[in-house]
Order: sequence, then structure tokens, then C-alpha cells
Amino acid sequence: MERQKFIRRLLTITAIAISIGLLILFDSILDSYMMRIINLCGIYITLALSLNLIYGFTGLFSLGHAGFMAVGAYTTALLTMSPAQKQMNFFLEPIVPWLANVEWSFFPALMMGGLVAAVTGFLIGAPALKLKDDYLAIATLGFAEIIRIFFTNMQSVTNGPLGLKGLPPYTNMWWTWGIAFISILFMIYLFRGSYGRAFKAIREDEVAAEAMGINLFRHKMLSFTIGSFMAGVGGGLLGNLMGTIDPLMFRFLLAFNILLIVVLGGMGSITGTVISAIVITILMEYLRFLDGPMDLILFKTDGIPGLRMVIFSIMLMVVILFFQKGIMGNREFSWDFLFKPGRLKKNNVEGE
Amino acid sequence: MTFEIFLQHLSNAVSLGSLYALIAIGYTMVYGILRLINFAHGDIFMLGGYFAFYALTTFLMPWWVGFIVAIGLTAMLGMFIEKVAYRPLRDSPKVSVLISAIGVSFLIESLGVVIFGGIQKAFPIPELFGTVVTIGKIYIVSVNFFIPVIAFVFLVGLMYMINKTKTGMAMRALSRDHETARLMAIDVDKVIAYTFGLGSLLAAVGGIMWGMKYPQLYPLMGVMPGLKCFIAAVVGGIGNITGAVLGGLLIGVLEIMTVAFLPDLTGYRDAFAFILLIIILLVKPTGLMGENLAEKV
Repeated sequence: MERQKFIRRLLTITAIAISIGLLILFDSILDSYMMRIINLCGIYITLALSLNLIYGFTGLFSLGHAGFMAVGAYTTALLTMSPAQKQMNFFLEPIVPWLANVEWSFFPALMMGGLVAAVTGFLIGAPALKLKDDYLAIATLGFAEIIRIFFTNMQSVTNGPLGLKGLPPYTNMWWTWGIAFISILFMIYLFRGSYGRAFKAIREDEVAAEAMGINLFRHKMLSFTIGSFMAGVGGGLLGNLMGTIDPLMFRFLLAFNILLIVVLGGMGSITGTVISAIVITILMEYLRFLDGPMDLILFKTDGIPGLRMVIFSIMLMVVILFFQKGIMGNREFSWDFLFKPGRLKKNNVEGE
Repeated sequence: MTFEIFLQHLSNAVSLGSLYALIAIGYTMVYGILRLINFAHGDIFMLGGYFAFYALTTFLMPWWVGFIVAIGLTAMLGMFIEKVAYRPLRDSPKVSVLISAIGVSFLIESLGVVIFGGIQKAFPIPELFGTVVTIGKIYIVSVNFFIPVIAFVFLVGLMYMINKTKTGMAMRALSRDHETARLMAIDVDKVIAYTFGLGSLLAAVGGIMWGMKYPQLYPLMGVMPGLKCFIAAVVGGIGNITGAVLGGLLIGVLEIMTVAFLPDLTGYRDAFAFILLIIILLVKPTGLMGENLAEKV
């Protein structure tokens, strides 16, 4: 047994080393467009994990993710932009004085973005988490829309519909994948402890969980707030990678992409989420040709915008109609298949 | 603000509210029977408008034929969606069906962009609905007068159907208990299909009149009205048709009147409905007219 444990640990370390090595390799040989996609993969892993924590693991169906991302993105952007940049952006109405002259470095700004999103999540969660299922979905969606509408109208804070342009480009592979790795490790750690187990118990059966002495509301709030924090950080990274943000970016569509990743990956599987975040992000870029002009030998089309979204909506429906478990169901990757061939570990089984 | 201007706003508010009411009924009927938020309902509303547009412009039908064709097509499409996207998930968790509904909604929207094009289209308004009527000092576009009347006619028809016919009785039975309804020899799938057809029919009527009131069609036009009408259904007490009508009127009047009296808040126009939703959910989740639905364990 000891030897097996040692081999497992060795394998894990090797796998992590290989993936870091690969990322460094990509960073040095790929062009900036490809690197952008790889960065997006990292960001979507963080974002999808945050939704999976709330929905997949705790069973709270929230559609308000775009709102938390908006909060994170705007906070990070406003804190990192130089005063000169801000002045250039806010030509309709001057920026509020308490924001005009701040210029933080990236990491504290990103954490602040996460924190503000977490506080927002806490304030929204307190009333909304009394609701369940579809009511919770529509209430969180409502809150996200309210956030977006307020951002559109607060001209002197967010620059309204014009958005913010020229964010200082900090985001690189180290940031996106570093935070993705931290999120993955955090999730693994969380679900080995009692909190993670309590979350899963709530997902499976609220009444039973409560009978076992789990404080439903407190745990739901905790899951929701942590999820909002991660969504805020992810949003901050995403905004920074894009270089410009505006309220229209944070429509329900953005939440749809993340929902698709979570559903495809399997609700309640960290491994599945990571795999499907990478697959979906690459597909999203790769399928861009569908929106552009096409030469199909027999006939030519001159670009059909929107065709890509058709594919993605059909994908979501096919998964939910025919493969409800997604790629991984609620299983996780483990080295068991090396020792016991052909068997992946069930998520709810004890042990390594 | 003079009394005339107030009346002007009021006519506008009542016609918007009646439109909301028509769409909200579709939500409330489906929710009452399936406990499902039909996310695609707003997009069905959009399709109703587009079908009428093509019937009138491409196929050059007389307006009333075009409208009937569009309404019929939309109703059939609603039933088709139910069959393909919701029926296979009848025994799945609630949230799976909701995700499927979100998928349908995005599918219709993006297909709309692909097929109809993302550019706004001008709805061809028949002369009857486009004339401006002067009553004293109030100017009303005749469609604003017709909308509440047509909505009322459809409502009376719906009420008759639900309360007096066999199908209506079956619908009411289904909203109580599926199993018992099945034991009473009710063809559950058929009645659910009828419900979707009926809801989509009303949405199509709403879509066409929306097209005449705000003569621009675009593939995402159903999103906001869809969300607001769902809110209207919740405010009125979901599952309750009278409640949906009240909720729709309330949200329409609230929206127009806030903009009219407090022009500074125009930018927040779309937020009112959501704020109202959250207040209702927290204070009285059953809505104004709703009954207490016992949560089954």
C-alpha cells in the first residue's frame, strides 16, 4: 500500500510538471493569437469551476454568474487603469474623485475584484438562497440583470454604455493558468474536507442534510460566496485579457457559455469541468470560421453570423437530452485505472 | 403634467400591459402544469412577429390571413418544441428541463440571427392599426386601442375554454396531480401539448401586436419582454391565469408611468421589473393571487 501511494504521488507530480512544462513550451513557440486561446482556457477553467461549485456540487442553480464577473472585471479594471487612461475614457462625465487617482498593481486589484464580487454574492445570496431550483435561477438572473443595468447607467463610475478601453495588459499565461491551478487545488482540498462533503449532502437531499445537523443556509451562503469570489477573479482576468469591457459583454450569453461547460463536463466533477472548459474554449475559437465566409466547393456563403451559437445551443441540448451525465458524470480522475484496470473512481468513495 | 398627457400615457401603459398579460399567460399555464419556466416562450413570441412579417411581405397575404397563418404556425412550433425538448425529460430533475429550455431559447435566437438576419426589420402595419385617432386632445395610434380589446377577447375565449370544456378541465386536473389525472384517463402528453399550443398561440398574438406597436423586429426582441412577462406571472401568482393578467397589467403600467413621471430613471426602465420580482419573491412568493403550493419532499 505504501508503495502504491508513493507511485501515485510520483505520477501526480510528474503530470503537474509535464503540464507546466507544456505551458512554458506553448508560451515560447505559439503566436499571440494561440496564446490568447490558451489564456482563455485557463480563465474558463476558473469560471466554470466556480459555477460547478455553486451548481454542480451544492445544487444551487444560479444564472447570475455574468453579474459577478462584471463586478470583478469592472473593479479590477478601474483599480489598475492609470489616471491618464481614466481621463481619456471618461470624456462624457468625469470619473468620481475617489476613483480618479488610484492605480494598483494587478494582483491586489484582482483580489479586490474577487472580494467585491464575493460581497455582492453575499448580499444577493442572503435573500435569494431562501429560494430553490427554478425560482433561484430566475432571481439570480434578475440580480445579474440589475447589476448590468446599473453599470450601464452609472456614467461617472463605470463610464456607462461606452465601457472602459485600454486596460493595461497584465494577463499572461502565468496569471491565467496560475489561478486556474490554484482554483483546481482549492476545489480538491475543499471536497476532501467537511465543508465540501456538506455541500454535496445538500445537493443530494436538503432534508436529510439538515437532519444530519448541517446548517443549510450557512453552507449555501458559503458555497455561493466562494463561487462569486472565483467568478469575480475570473471576470477580472477575462476583462484584462480582452483589453476593453462594456456592460453588453456581461449579458446572459456569457453565463450560457459557462453553463454549457459545466453541463458538458459533468455536474459535480472537477476533472470534467477542466476537460470541457478546454474543449469548449478551443471549439469556440475554432468554429469561428462558421461565422465567416465559407467555400463549400459546391456553393459559397458570404458569412453567416450566429451559426456558431446555433452549434453551441444544439450541443447543450444534445448533452442534456441524451448524455445527462456529461463527460465525467460526478467521477474524478485518479490513477486507479493503473492499478485496477478499467475503473474510474467514484466521487463519493472514501480515500485517495 | 396635464390630464391629457396623463391619459396618453395611460393608454400606452394599458396596451403594453395587455401585451404583457397575453405573454404572461403562456408562462403561467406551462408552469402550472409542468412546474417549468419555459425560457423559450419569449423567443416564440419573437417568432410570431417574424412569421407575420414574412406572411405579409414575402407571401403578400392580406393582413388577416397572414396573421392567422402566423399564429397557427407559431402554435404548432410551440407544440413541436415541447415534444422534442421537454417531453423526453419529463422524469428528469427540474433543473435539467430548465437547462433544456435555456438551450431551446438560445437555439431559436441564434437560428433567428442566421435565418432572419441580425438587422432590424420594419413591420408592415396594416392601415387599420396604423391610423392616428384623435379623441379630444389625446392622440392614440389605433393599435393602442385594439390591443386591449383583442387581448380581452382572447382572454374571454381562454377562460371559457379552461372552465367549460373537457380539455380545459383536463388541464386543471393536470395542474393538480399528474398521476391522478392519468388514472382518470386523461392523455397527459396530449393535454400538455395543447397547453403549449395555446400558450404559443397567445404569444404569437402578442408578438404580432408588439410588431405593430413597436414596428421593429429583431431576433433578440423576445428576451426582455419574455423575462418581464415571466416576472408578471410570478407577481400575479404563478399557475393562476387571472393573476398573470393582473401582473402583466401591473408591470406594463408601472414601467410606462415611472418613465413618464420620473424621466431621470429612464435608463433603469428594465430594472423595475426585476426589482419588483425580488421584492415579491421575498415578501410573498406565492404572488398576488397564487395558492400555496406545498413543497413535496
